[in-house]
Amino acid sequence: MSNLIEIRWHGRGGQGAKTASLLLADAAFNTGKYIQGFPEYGPERMGAPITAYNRISDEPITVHSNIYYPDYVVVVDDSLLESVDVTAGLKKEGAIVINTTKEDEEIKKLLNGYEGNIYKIDARKVSMETLGKYFPNTPMLAAIVKVSGVMSEEAFLEDMIGSFKHKFAKKPEVIDGNMKALEMALKEVSKVN
Amino acid sequence: MGIRERLSGNEAAAIAMKQINPDVVAAFPITPSTEIPQYFSTFVSNGEVDTEFVAVESEHSAMSACIGAQAAGGRAMTATSANGLSLMWEMIYIASSLRLPIVMSLVNRAVSGPLNIHNDHSDAMGVRDSGWIQLFSENNQEAYDNLIMAHRIAEHKDVLLPLMVCQDGFITSHSIENIELIEDDKVKEFVGKYQPEHYLLNDKEPIAVGPLDLQGYLFEHKVQQAEAMRKAKDVILEVAKDFEKMTGRKYGLFEEYKMEDAELVVVCMNSTAGTTKATVDELRAKGVKAGLLKIRVFRPFPAEEVAKALTKAKAVAVLDKADSLNAVGGALFEDVVSGMFVSKVNVPTVNYIYGIGGRDTTVQDIESVYNDLSKIVENGDIGNPYRYLGVRGDK
Repeated sequence: MSNLIEIRWHGRGGQGAKTASLLLADAAFNTGKYIQGFPEYGPERMGAPITAYNRISDEPITVHSNIYYPDYVVVVDDSLLESVDVTAGLKKEGAIVINTTKEDEEIKKLLNGYEGNIYKIDARKVSMETLGKYFPNTPMLAAIVKVSGVMSEEAFLEDMIGSFKHKFAKKPEVIDGNMKALEMALKEVSKVN
Repeated sequence: MGIRERLSGNEAAAIAMKQINPDVVAAFPITPSTEIPQYFSTFVSNGEVDTEFVAVESEHSAMSACIGAQAAGGRAMTATSANGLSLMWEMIYIASSLRLPIVMSLVNRAVSGPLNIHNDHSDAMGVRDSGWIQLFSENNQEAYDNLIMAHRIAEHKDVLLPLMVCQDGFITSHSIENIELIEDDKVKEFVGKYQPEHYLLNDKEPIAVGPLDLQGYLFEHKVQQAEAMRKAKDVILEVAKDFEKMTGRKYGLFEEYKMEDAELVVVCMNSTAGTTKATVDELRAKGVKAGLLKIRVFRPFPAEEVAKALTKAKAVAVLDKADSLNAVGGALFEDVVSGMFVSKVNVPTVNYIYGIGGRDTTVQDIESVYNDLSKIVENGDIGNPYRYLGVRGDK
Protein backbone atom coordinates (compact mmCIF):
# COMPACT_ATOMS: atom_id res chain seq x y z
CA MET A 1 0.00 0.00 0.00
CA SER A 2 2.67 2.48 -1.05
CA ASN A 3 0.03 5.03 -2.08
CA LEU A 4 -1.47 5.09 1.42
CA ILE A 5 -1.74 8.54 3.01
CA GLU A 6 -2.20 8.76 6.78
CA ILE A 7 -3.35 11.99 8.45
CA ARG A 8 -3.70 12.85 12.14
CA TRP A 9 -5.85 15.73 13.38
CA HIS A 10 -5.31 17.50 16.69
CA GLY A 11 -8.06 19.76 17.95
CA ARG A 12 -10.18 20.57 20.94
CA GLY A 13 -13.67 19.26 21.60
CA GLY A 14 -16.20 21.50 19.85
CA GLN A 15 -13.89 22.80 17.10
CA GLY A 16 -15.01 20.25 14.57
CA ALA A 17 -11.77 18.29 14.01
CA LYS A 18 -13.79 15.07 13.92
CA THR A 19 -16.25 16.55 11.42
CA ALA A 20 -13.37 17.84 9.29
CA SER A 21 -11.80 14.36 9.20
CA LEU A 22 -15.13 12.87 8.13
CA LEU A 23 -15.59 15.56 5.44
CA LEU A 24 -12.09 14.86 4.12
CA ALA A 25 -12.92 11.13 4.03
CA ASP A 26 -16.12 11.97 2.15
CA ALA A 27 -14.35 14.14 -0.41
CA ALA A 28 -11.65 11.52 -1.02
CA PHE A 29 -14.31 8.79 -1.28
CA ASN A 30 -16.06 10.83 -3.96
CA THR A 31 -12.87 10.93 -6.03
CA GLY A 32 -12.88 7.10 -6.03
CA LYS A 33 -10.51 6.42 -3.13
CA TYR A 34 -10.66 3.91 -0.31
CA ILE A 35 -10.97 5.82 2.93
CA GLN A 36 -11.09 5.62 6.71
CA GLY A 37 -12.18 8.51 8.94
CA PHE A 38 -12.34 7.94 12.68
CA PRO A 39 -11.91 9.86 15.90
CA GLU A 40 -10.13 8.62 19.01
CA TYR A 41 -12.81 8.82 21.65
CA GLY A 42 -11.75 9.97 25.06
CA PRO A 43 -13.56 12.13 27.59
CA GLU A 44 -16.07 13.95 25.39
CA ARG A 45 -16.24 17.56 26.56
CA MET A 46 -15.81 21.00 25.06
CA GLY A 47 -12.20 22.12 25.02
CA ALA A 48 -10.56 18.76 25.78
CA PRO A 49 -7.77 17.75 23.37
CA ILE A 50 -9.10 15.31 20.77
CA THR A 51 -7.47 13.33 17.98
CA ALA A 52 -9.02 12.17 14.70
CA TYR A 53 -7.55 10.20 11.83
CA ASN A 54 -7.76 9.61 8.09
CA ARG A 55 -6.37 6.87 5.90
CA ILE A 56 -6.73 7.43 2.15
CA SER A 57 -5.57 4.92 -0.44
CA ASP A 58 -6.13 3.62 -3.97
CA GLU A 59 -6.41 0.11 -2.52
CA PRO A 60 -8.66 -1.40 0.18
CA ILE A 61 -7.48 -0.53 3.71
CA THR A 62 -7.52 -3.35 6.28
CA VAL A 63 -5.52 -1.86 9.17
CA HIS A 64 -7.70 -0.95 12.15
CA SER A 65 -5.49 0.91 14.58
CA ASN A 66 -4.73 4.52 15.41
CA ILE A 67 -2.05 6.26 13.35
CA TYR A 68 1.37 6.63 14.99
CA TYR A 69 3.52 7.48 11.93
CA PRO A 70 1.38 9.94 9.98
CA ASP A 71 2.31 11.50 6.65
CA TYR A 72 0.51 14.70 7.65
CA VAL A 73 -0.63 16.36 10.85
CA VAL A 74 -3.29 19.07 11.14
CA VAL A 75 -3.38 21.24 14.26
CA VAL A 76 -6.73 23.00 14.60
CA ASP A 77 -5.80 24.88 17.79
CA ASP A 78 -2.26 26.19 18.34
CA SER A 79 -2.64 26.19 22.13
CA LEU A 80 -2.15 22.41 21.78
CA LEU A 81 1.43 22.93 20.61
CA GLU A 82 2.48 23.49 24.21
CA SER A 83 0.70 20.47 25.71
CA VAL A 84 0.58 17.80 22.99
CA ASP A 85 3.54 16.34 21.08
CA VAL A 86 1.85 16.97 17.73
CA THR A 87 4.84 15.92 15.61
CA ALA A 88 5.22 12.54 17.37
CA GLY A 89 6.01 9.97 14.67
CA LEU A 90 5.34 12.48 11.87
CA LYS A 91 7.37 11.50 8.80
CA LYS A 92 9.97 14.07 7.82
CA GLU A 93 8.97 13.65 4.15
CA GLY A 94 5.50 14.72 5.29
CA ALA A 95 4.21 18.02 6.62
CA ILE A 96 2.33 19.70 9.43
CA VAL A 97 -0.25 22.45 8.96
CA ILE A 98 -1.17 24.66 11.90
CA ASN A 99 -3.93 27.16 12.56
CA THR A 100 -1.96 30.00 14.08
CA THR A 101 -0.98 33.66 13.98
CA LYS A 102 2.40 32.98 15.58
CA GLU A 103 5.64 34.05 13.89
CA ASP A 104 7.63 31.40 12.01
CA GLU A 105 10.48 31.28 14.53
CA GLU A 106 8.07 30.80 17.43
CA ILE A 107 6.26 27.98 15.63
CA LYS A 108 9.50 26.18 14.89
CA LYS A 109 10.55 26.42 18.52
CA LEU A 110 7.35 24.66 19.57
CA LEU A 111 7.81 21.72 17.15
CA ASN A 112 10.75 19.93 18.79
CA GLY A 113 13.03 20.35 15.79
CA TYR A 114 10.66 18.75 13.29
CA GLU A 115 12.59 18.56 10.00
CA GLY A 116 9.72 18.30 7.52
CA ASN A 117 7.67 21.02 5.90
CA ILE A 118 5.64 23.31 8.14
CA TYR A 119 2.61 25.26 6.94
CA LYS A 120 0.44 27.78 8.71
CA ILE A 121 -2.89 29.46 8.17
CA ASP A 122 -4.91 31.98 10.16
CA ALA A 123 -8.13 30.01 10.18
CA ARG A 124 -9.75 32.52 12.54
CA LYS A 125 -9.28 35.32 10.02
CA VAL A 126 -10.60 33.15 7.17
CA SER A 127 -13.57 32.00 9.19
CA MET A 128 -14.48 35.47 10.53
CA GLU A 129 -14.21 37.08 7.06
CA THR A 130 -16.28 34.42 5.28
CA LEU A 131 -18.62 33.03 7.94
CA GLY A 132 -18.67 35.81 10.51
CA LYS A 133 -18.10 33.19 13.22
CA TYR A 134 -15.15 31.10 14.34
CA PHE A 135 -15.38 27.62 12.78
CA PRO A 136 -11.75 26.62 12.21
CA ASN A 137 -12.48 23.19 10.75
CA THR A 138 -13.63 24.38 7.30
CA PRO A 139 -10.43 26.38 6.55
CA MET A 140 -8.28 23.59 8.00
CA LEU A 141 -9.95 21.05 5.73
CA ALA A 142 -8.98 23.12 2.69
CA ALA A 143 -5.48 23.64 4.09
CA ILE A 144 -4.76 19.91 4.41
CA VAL A 145 -6.13 19.20 0.92
CA LYS A 146 -3.73 21.83 -0.44
CA VAL A 147 -0.72 20.67 1.59
CA SER A 148 -1.23 16.91 1.05
CA GLY A 149 -2.30 17.11 -2.59
CA VAL A 150 -4.59 14.19 -1.85
CA MET A 151 -6.89 15.51 -4.59
CA SER A 152 -6.98 18.45 -6.98
CA GLU A 153 -8.34 21.74 -5.64
CA GLU A 154 -10.98 21.80 -8.41
CA ALA A 155 -12.24 18.29 -7.61
CA PHE A 156 -12.26 19.14 -3.91
CA LEU A 157 -14.27 22.36 -4.30
CA GLU A 158 -16.71 20.72 -6.67
CA ASP A 159 -17.29 17.87 -4.26
CA MET A 160 -17.64 20.13 -1.23
CA ILE A 161 -20.53 22.06 -2.78
CA GLY A 162 -22.43 18.77 -2.85
CA SER A 163 -21.40 17.88 0.70
CA PHE A 164 -22.41 21.27 2.12
CA LYS A 165 -25.75 21.18 0.28
CA HIS A 166 -26.40 17.86 2.00
CA LYS A 167 -24.98 18.84 5.38
CA PHE A 168 -26.68 22.24 5.54
CA ALA A 169 -29.94 21.23 3.86
CA LYS A 170 -31.82 23.04 6.64
CA LYS A 171 -29.70 26.22 6.61
CA PRO A 172 -28.69 26.81 2.97
CA GLU A 173 -27.67 30.39 3.80
CA VAL A 174 -24.35 29.14 5.22
CA ILE A 175 -23.32 27.16 2.11
CA ASP A 176 -21.87 30.20 0.27
CA GLY A 177 -19.88 31.31 3.31
CA ASN A 178 -18.42 27.82 3.77
CA MET A 179 -17.44 27.60 0.10
CA LYS A 180 -15.79 31.04 0.36
CA ALA A 181 -13.95 29.83 3.49
CA LEU A 182 -12.55 26.87 1.53
CA GLU A 183 -11.52 29.02 -1.44
CA MET A 184 -9.88 31.65 0.76
CA ALA A 185 -8.11 29.01 2.85
CA LEU A 186 -6.61 27.40 -0.26
CA LYS A 187 -4.96 30.77 -0.98
CA GLU A 188 -4.07 31.74 2.59
CA VAL A 189 -2.09 28.65 3.61
CA SER A 190 1.62 29.52 3.59
CA LYS A 191 4.92 27.78 4.19
CA VAL A 192 6.86 28.46 7.38
CA ASN A 193 10.50 29.14 6.52
CA MET B 1 -23.77 -4.54 -9.04
CA GLY B 2 -23.95 -3.21 -5.51
CA ILE B 3 -24.04 0.39 -4.38
CA ARG B 4 -20.68 2.04 -3.56
CA GLU B 5 -21.04 3.89 -0.25
CA ARG B 6 -19.07 5.00 2.78
CA LEU B 7 -20.58 4.31 6.17
CA SER B 8 -19.62 3.69 9.76
CA GLY B 9 -20.20 0.20 11.16
CA ASN B 10 -23.22 1.47 13.10
CA GLU B 11 -24.69 3.09 9.99
CA ALA B 12 -24.10 -0.14 8.08
CA ALA B 13 -25.94 -2.15 10.76
CA ALA B 14 -28.84 0.30 10.85
CA ILE B 15 -29.17 0.23 7.05
CA ALA B 16 -29.16 -3.58 7.05
CA MET B 17 -32.01 -3.44 9.58
CA LYS B 18 -33.87 -0.94 7.41
CA GLN B 19 -33.57 -3.23 4.40
CA ILE B 20 -34.64 -6.26 6.47
CA ASN B 21 -37.63 -4.24 7.74
CA PRO B 22 -38.42 -6.42 10.77
CA ASP B 23 -41.82 -6.41 12.49
CA VAL B 24 -40.45 -5.22 15.83
CA VAL B 25 -37.29 -3.50 17.05
CA ALA B 26 -36.98 -3.06 20.82
CA ALA B 27 -33.83 -1.38 22.09
CA PHE B 28 -32.32 0.77 24.80
CA PRO B 29 -29.36 3.04 23.98
CA ILE B 30 -25.86 2.22 25.21
CA THR B 31 -22.46 3.35 23.90
CA PRO B 32 -21.11 2.41 21.37
CA SER B 33 -24.23 0.86 19.78
CA THR B 34 -26.56 3.80 20.55
CA GLU B 35 -26.50 5.05 16.95
CA ILE B 36 -28.10 1.85 15.64
CA PRO B 37 -31.51 2.30 17.35
CA GLN B 38 -31.08 6.08 16.90
CA TYR B 39 -30.76 5.81 13.11
CA PHE B 40 -33.39 3.09 13.01
CA SER B 41 -35.94 5.17 14.91
CA THR B 42 -35.42 7.88 12.25
CA PHE B 43 -36.31 5.32 9.56
CA VAL B 44 -39.44 4.51 11.57
CA SER B 45 -40.39 8.21 11.93
CA ASN B 46 -39.83 8.81 8.21
CA GLY B 47 -42.01 5.85 7.29
CA GLU B 48 -39.11 4.07 5.57
CA VAL B 49 -39.90 0.83 7.46
CA ASP B 50 -43.11 -0.74 8.77
CA THR B 51 -41.47 -1.72 12.04
CA GLU B 52 -43.03 -1.24 15.46
CA PHE B 53 -40.23 0.46 17.40
CA VAL B 54 -40.47 -0.17 21.13
CA ALA B 55 -38.50 2.40 23.13
CA VAL B 56 -38.13 0.35 26.31
CA GLU B 57 -36.80 1.47 29.70
CA SER B 58 -33.99 -1.12 29.97
CA GLU B 59 -32.18 -3.83 28.04
CA HIS B 60 -33.92 -6.52 30.10
CA SER B 61 -37.17 -5.17 28.69
CA ALA B 62 -35.68 -4.86 25.21
CA MET B 63 -34.93 -8.58 25.09
CA SER B 64 -38.26 -9.40 26.77
CA ALA B 65 -40.12 -7.40 24.13
CA CYS B 66 -38.17 -9.17 21.36
CA ILE B 67 -39.08 -12.53 22.92
CA GLY B 68 -42.75 -11.58 23.10
CA ALA B 69 -42.79 -10.29 19.54
CA GLN B 70 -40.94 -13.27 18.10
CA ALA B 71 -43.08 -15.78 20.03
CA ALA B 72 -46.18 -14.01 18.76
CA GLY B 73 -45.02 -14.74 15.21
CA GLY B 74 -43.09 -11.58 14.30
CA ARG B 75 -39.51 -10.93 13.30
CA ALA B 76 -37.71 -9.05 16.09
CA MET B 77 -34.33 -7.32 16.22
CA THR B 78 -32.30 -5.37 18.77
CA ALA B 79 -28.88 -3.83 19.28
CA THR B 80 -26.75 -3.46 22.39
CA SER B 81 -23.27 -3.48 23.95
CA ALA B 82 -21.49 -4.57 27.12
CA ASN B 83 -23.56 -3.84 30.23
CA GLY B 84 -26.70 -3.68 28.11
CA LEU B 85 -26.11 -7.30 27.19
CA SER B 86 -25.35 -8.06 30.85
CA LEU B 87 -28.74 -6.68 31.85
CA MET B 88 -30.37 -8.89 29.18
CA TRP B 89 -28.63 -11.96 30.61
CA GLU B 90 -31.70 -13.70 32.05
CA MET B 91 -33.72 -13.19 28.86
CA ILE B 92 -30.81 -14.14 26.56
CA TYR B 93 -31.04 -17.74 27.78
CA ILE B 94 -34.83 -17.69 27.57
CA ALA B 95 -34.72 -16.47 23.95
CA SER B 96 -32.51 -19.35 22.88
CA SER B 97 -34.27 -22.04 24.91
CA LEU B 98 -37.64 -20.96 23.48
CA ARG B 99 -36.00 -21.39 20.06
CA LEU B 100 -36.83 -17.85 18.97
CA PRO B 101 -34.69 -16.67 16.04
CA ILE B 102 -34.22 -13.10 17.26
CA VAL B 103 -31.35 -11.19 15.62
CA MET B 104 -29.12 -8.82 17.59
CA SER B 105 -26.43 -6.40 16.50
CA LEU B 106 -23.83 -6.55 19.28
CA VAL B 107 -21.27 -3.76 19.18
CA ASN B 108 -18.54 -5.20 21.35
CA ARG B 109 -17.41 -3.22 24.38
CA ALA B 110 -15.69 -4.05 27.67
CA VAL B 111 -18.09 -5.10 30.41
CA SER B 112 -17.65 -2.96 33.56
CA GLY B 113 -15.91 -2.57 35.84
CA PRO B 114 -14.28 -0.31 36.30
CA LEU B 115 -16.30 1.63 33.76
CA ASN B 116 -14.87 1.51 30.24
CA ILE B 117 -16.73 2.32 27.04
CA HIS B 118 -14.14 0.94 24.62
CA ASN B 119 -13.79 -2.26 22.71
CA ASP B 120 -12.98 -5.74 23.82
CA HIS B 121 -14.92 -8.98 23.54
CA SER B 122 -15.87 -9.57 27.17
CA ASP B 123 -19.57 -8.94 26.42
CA ALA B 124 -19.77 -11.57 23.65
CA MET B 125 -17.64 -14.05 25.59
CA GLY B 126 -19.98 -13.71 28.57
CA VAL B 127 -22.82 -15.23 26.54
CA ARG B 128 -20.83 -17.73 24.52
CA ASP B 129 -22.57 -20.66 26.23
CA SER B 130 -26.09 -19.19 26.05
CA GLY B 131 -27.21 -20.94 22.88
CA TRP B 132 -26.96 -17.93 20.55
CA ILE B 133 -25.22 -18.19 17.20
CA GLN B 134 -22.34 -15.68 17.19
CA LEU B 135 -20.93 -14.22 13.97
CA PHE B 136 -17.93 -11.86 14.12
CA SER B 137 -17.21 -9.10 11.61
CA GLU B 138 -13.87 -7.63 10.56
CA ASN B 139 -15.30 -4.36 9.25
CA ASN B 140 -18.48 -2.44 8.36
CA GLN B 141 -18.96 -4.58 5.23
CA GLU B 142 -18.99 -7.82 7.19
CA ALA B 143 -21.21 -6.38 9.93
CA TYR B 144 -23.69 -5.50 7.16
CA ASP B 145 -23.36 -8.76 5.22
CA ASN B 146 -23.66 -10.90 8.37
CA LEU B 147 -26.89 -9.13 9.31
CA ILE B 148 -28.34 -9.67 5.83
CA MET B 149 -27.57 -13.41 6.18
CA ALA B 150 -28.67 -13.62 9.84
CA HIS B 151 -32.40 -14.30 9.51
CA ARG B 152 -31.98 -16.98 6.87
CA ILE B 153 -29.68 -18.84 9.27
CA ALA B 154 -31.57 -18.24 12.52
CA GLU B 155 -35.03 -18.97 11.10
CA HIS B 156 -34.04 -22.15 9.23
CA LYS B 157 -36.19 -25.05 10.45
CA ASP B 158 -33.09 -27.09 11.38
CA VAL B 159 -31.77 -24.20 13.50
CA LEU B 160 -34.39 -21.93 15.15
CA LEU B 161 -31.83 -20.20 17.35
CA PRO B 162 -31.23 -16.51 18.06
CA LEU B 163 -28.20 -14.96 16.42
CA MET B 164 -25.91 -12.06 17.25
CA VAL B 165 -23.68 -10.23 14.77
CA CYS B 166 -20.63 -8.80 16.53
CA GLN B 167 -18.41 -5.91 15.47
CA ASP B 168 -15.77 -3.93 17.35
CA GLY B 169 -17.05 -0.91 19.27
CA PHE B 170 -15.64 2.42 18.02
CA ILE B 171 -12.93 0.70 15.95
CA THR B 172 -15.45 -0.28 13.26
CA SER B 173 -18.73 1.03 14.70
CA HIS B 174 -17.53 4.66 14.52
CA SER B 175 -15.10 4.49 11.61
CA ILE B 176 -16.29 5.66 8.19
CA GLU B 177 -15.12 3.24 5.53
CA ASN B 178 -15.99 2.13 2.03
CA ILE B 179 -18.79 -0.41 1.77
CA GLU B 180 -20.80 -2.04 -0.99
CA LEU B 181 -24.51 -2.10 -0.22
CA ILE B 182 -27.04 -4.43 -1.81
CA GLU B 183 -30.14 -3.03 -3.51
CA ASP B 184 -33.27 -2.95 -1.30
CA ASP B 185 -35.32 -5.31 -3.48
CA LYS B 186 -32.52 -7.87 -3.61
CA VAL B 187 -32.20 -7.86 0.19
CA LYS B 188 -35.96 -8.23 0.56
CA GLU B 189 -35.99 -11.21 -1.76
CA PHE B 190 -32.90 -12.76 -0.13
CA VAL B 191 -34.16 -12.43 3.45
CA GLY B 192 -37.68 -13.56 2.53
CA LYS B 193 -40.87 -13.53 4.53
CA TYR B 194 -40.87 -14.90 8.08
CA GLN B 195 -43.21 -17.85 8.28
CA PRO B 196 -42.98 -19.49 11.70
CA GLU B 197 -44.41 -22.99 12.03
CA HIS B 198 -45.76 -22.38 15.54
CA TYR B 199 -46.62 -18.98 17.02
CA LEU B 200 -48.81 -17.48 19.71
CA LEU B 201 -51.08 -15.40 17.49
CA ASN B 202 -52.12 -18.44 15.43
CA ASP B 203 -55.75 -18.93 16.52
CA LYS B 204 -55.89 -22.27 14.67
CA GLU B 205 -53.26 -23.75 16.98
CA PRO B 206 -53.37 -22.51 20.57
CA ILE B 207 -49.98 -23.14 22.22
CA ALA B 208 -48.16 -22.33 25.44
CA VAL B 209 -44.61 -20.92 25.25
CA GLY B 210 -42.09 -21.37 28.04
CA PRO B 211 -43.99 -23.35 30.69
CA LEU B 212 -42.44 -25.42 33.50
CA ASP B 213 -39.89 -27.96 32.22
CA LEU B 214 -38.65 -30.24 34.99
CA GLN B 215 -36.59 -33.44 35.33
CA GLY B 216 -38.65 -35.29 32.78
CA TYR B 217 -37.99 -32.97 29.82
CA LEU B 218 -35.42 -30.18 30.24
CA PHE B 219 -32.46 -32.46 29.44
CA GLU B 220 -33.98 -33.57 26.11
CA HIS B 221 -34.82 -29.98 25.25
CA LYS B 222 -31.20 -28.94 25.89
CA VAL B 223 -30.00 -31.79 23.66
CA GLN B 224 -32.30 -30.47 20.93
CA GLN B 225 -30.80 -26.99 21.34
CA ALA B 226 -27.31 -28.48 21.08
CA GLU B 227 -28.35 -30.46 18.01
CA ALA B 228 -29.70 -27.27 16.40
CA MET B 229 -26.37 -25.56 17.06
CA ARG B 230 -24.53 -28.47 15.43
CA LYS B 231 -26.80 -28.29 12.37
CA ALA B 232 -26.36 -24.52 12.14
CA LYS B 233 -22.89 -25.00 10.62
CA ASP B 234 -24.27 -26.47 7.40
CA VAL B 235 -27.05 -23.88 7.23
CA ILE B 236 -24.54 -21.04 7.66
CA LEU B 237 -22.54 -22.38 4.71
CA GLU B 238 -25.65 -22.92 2.60
CA VAL B 239 -26.81 -19.33 3.18
CA ALA B 240 -23.28 -18.06 2.45
CA LYS B 241 -23.39 -19.80 -0.95
CA ASP B 242 -26.63 -18.03 -1.88
CA PHE B 243 -25.18 -14.76 -0.60
CA GLU B 244 -22.10 -15.22 -2.79
CA LYS B 245 -24.35 -15.77 -5.83
CA MET B 246 -26.04 -12.44 -5.09
CA THR B 247 -22.99 -10.33 -4.18
CA GLY B 248 -19.84 -12.19 -5.22
CA ARG B 249 -18.65 -11.94 -1.62
CA LYS B 250 -17.58 -15.30 -0.22
CA TYR B 251 -18.09 -16.28 3.42
CA GLY B 252 -17.23 -19.49 5.31
CA LEU B 253 -17.02 -20.57 8.93
CA PHE B 254 -13.68 -18.78 8.97
CA GLU B 255 -11.45 -16.99 6.49
CA GLU B 256 -8.01 -18.30 5.59
CA TYR B 257 -5.62 -15.54 4.56
CA LYS B 258 -2.39 -16.68 2.86
CA MET B 259 -2.72 -20.03 4.65
CA GLU B 260 -1.74 -22.36 1.74
CA ASP B 261 1.89 -22.63 2.83
CA ALA B 262 1.72 -20.70 6.12
CA GLU B 263 4.08 -21.83 8.87
CA LEU B 264 3.36 -19.11 11.44
CA VAL B 265 -0.38 -18.62 11.99
CA VAL B 266 -2.38 -16.09 14.00
CA VAL B 267 -6.00 -16.92 14.90
CA CYS B 268 -8.20 -13.95 15.84
CA MET B 269 -11.60 -12.28 15.32
CA ASN B 270 -13.15 -8.94 14.31
CA SER B 271 -11.14 -5.84 13.36
CA THR B 272 -7.76 -7.19 14.53
CA ALA B 273 -7.99 -9.65 11.63
CA GLY B 274 -7.71 -6.69 9.23
CA THR B 275 -4.63 -5.36 11.01
CA THR B 276 -3.22 -8.90 10.91
CA LYS B 277 -3.78 -9.09 7.12
CA ALA B 278 -1.65 -5.96 6.68
CA THR B 279 1.01 -7.54 8.93
CA VAL B 280 0.95 -10.79 6.95
CA ASP B 281 1.44 -8.82 3.72
CA GLU B 282 4.47 -7.01 5.18
CA LEU B 283 5.99 -10.25 6.48
CA ARG B 284 5.33 -12.11 3.22
CA ALA B 285 7.24 -9.35 1.38
CA LYS B 286 10.21 -10.23 3.62
CA GLY B 287 9.84 -13.96 2.87
CA VAL B 288 8.21 -14.96 6.18
CA LYS B 289 5.54 -17.61 5.70
CA ALA B 290 2.87 -15.92 7.80
CA GLY B 291 -0.84 -16.66 7.65
CA LEU B 292 -4.11 -15.69 9.32
CA LEU B 293 -7.12 -17.73 10.32
CA LYS B 294 -9.98 -15.34 11.02
CA ILE B 295 -12.90 -16.85 12.92
CA ARG B 296 -16.27 -15.68 11.57
CA VAL B 297 -18.49 -18.26 13.23
CA PHE B 298 -17.60 -18.50 16.92
CA ARG B 299 -20.87 -20.23 17.91
CA PRO B 300 -21.26 -22.93 16.67
CA PHE B 301 -17.48 -23.33 16.98
CA PRO B 302 -16.00 -25.05 13.91
CA ALA B 303 -13.50 -27.07 15.97
CA GLU B 304 -12.79 -29.84 13.49
CA GLU B 305 -12.47 -27.49 10.51
CA VAL B 306 -10.16 -25.11 12.39
CA ALA B 307 -7.97 -27.99 13.56
CA LYS B 308 -7.71 -29.25 10.00
CA ALA B 309 -6.76 -25.80 8.70
CA LEU B 310 -3.94 -25.61 11.27
CA THR B 311 -2.45 -29.06 10.48
CA LYS B 312 0.42 -27.71 8.37
CA ALA B 313 1.37 -24.83 10.67
CA LYS B 314 4.63 -24.92 12.63
CA ALA B 315 3.41 -22.58 15.39
CA VAL B 316 0.07 -20.94 16.17
CA ALA B 317 -0.91 -17.90 18.27
CA VAL B 318 -4.55 -17.50 19.32
CA LEU B 319 -5.50 -13.90 20.19
CA ASP B 320 -8.26 -13.38 22.76
CA LYS B 321 -9.76 -9.90 23.25
CA ALA B 322 -11.21 -10.95 26.60
CA ASP B 323 -9.54 -12.62 29.55
CA SER B 324 -11.47 -15.56 30.98
CA LEU B 325 -9.75 -14.94 34.36
CA ASN B 326 -9.57 -18.70 34.80
CA ALA B 327 -5.81 -18.74 35.46
CA VAL B 328 -5.31 -20.40 32.07
CA GLY B 329 -6.32 -19.35 28.54
CA GLY B 330 -8.95 -17.18 26.86
CA ALA B 331 -12.15 -18.63 25.40
CA LEU B 332 -11.03 -18.73 21.76
CA PHE B 333 -7.71 -20.31 22.72
CA GLU B 334 -9.43 -23.05 24.71
CA ASP B 335 -11.81 -23.83 21.86
CA VAL B 336 -9.01 -23.92 19.28
CA VAL B 337 -6.66 -26.13 21.30
CA SER B 338 -9.37 -28.53 22.44
CA GLY B 339 -10.39 -28.89 18.78
CA MET B 340 -6.76 -29.56 17.85
CA PHE B 341 -6.35 -32.12 20.66
CA VAL B 342 -9.48 -34.07 19.71
CA SER B 343 -8.43 -34.07 16.04
CA LYS B 344 -4.87 -35.10 17.05
CA VAL B 345 -3.31 -31.97 15.53
CA ASN B 346 -0.15 -31.39 17.51
CA VAL B 347 1.21 -27.93 16.69
CA PRO B 348 2.81 -25.65 19.32
CA THR B 349 0.08 -23.14 20.21
CA VAL B 350 0.18 -20.11 22.48
CA ASN B 351 -2.43 -17.66 23.74
CA TYR B 352 -2.26 -13.86 23.89
CA ILE B 353 -4.77 -11.76 25.80
CA TYR B 354 -4.79 -8.36 24.05
CA GLY B 355 -6.70 -5.14 23.39
CA ILE B 356 -8.52 -5.10 26.73
CA GLY B 357 -10.64 -1.99 27.33
CA GLY B 358 -9.78 -0.52 23.94
CA ARG B 359 -5.97 -0.84 24.19
CA ASP B 360 -4.91 -0.15 20.60
CA THR B 361 -3.44 -3.06 18.63
CA THR B 362 -1.05 -2.10 15.83
CA VAL B 363 0.71 -3.83 12.96
CA GLN B 364 3.87 -3.66 15.12
CA ASP B 365 2.09 -5.52 17.93
CA ILE B 366 0.96 -8.30 15.59
CA GLU B 367 4.43 -8.44 14.05
CA SER B 368 5.86 -9.10 17.52
CA VAL B 369 3.52 -12.11 17.80
CA TYR B 370 4.83 -13.56 14.52
CA ASN B 371 8.38 -12.92 15.78
CA ASP B 372 7.55 -14.84 18.95
CA LEU B 373 6.17 -17.72 16.86
CA SER B 374 9.32 -17.75 14.78
CA LYS B 375 11.37 -18.11 18.00
CA ILE B 376 9.15 -20.97 19.16
CA VAL B 377 9.82 -22.83 15.90
CA GLU B 378 13.56 -22.09 16.20
CA ASN B 379 13.87 -23.22 19.84
CA GLY B 380 11.33 -26.03 19.75
CA ASP B 381 10.01 -24.75 23.08
CA ILE B 382 6.82 -22.76 23.62
CA GLY B 383 7.77 -21.42 27.04
CA ASN B 384 4.79 -19.83 28.78
CA PRO B 385 1.70 -20.51 26.63
CA TYR B 386 -0.40 -17.87 28.45
CA ARG B 387 0.80 -14.45 27.37
CA TYR B 388 -0.24 -10.81 27.07
CA LEU B 389 0.15 -8.52 24.07
CA GLY B 390 0.43 -4.75 24.49
CA VAL B 391 0.29 -4.67 28.29
CA ARG B 392 2.68 -2.63 30.43
CA GLY B 393 4.99 -4.37 32.87
CA ASP B 394 5.95 -8.08 32.85
CA LYS B 395 4.29 -10.15 30.17
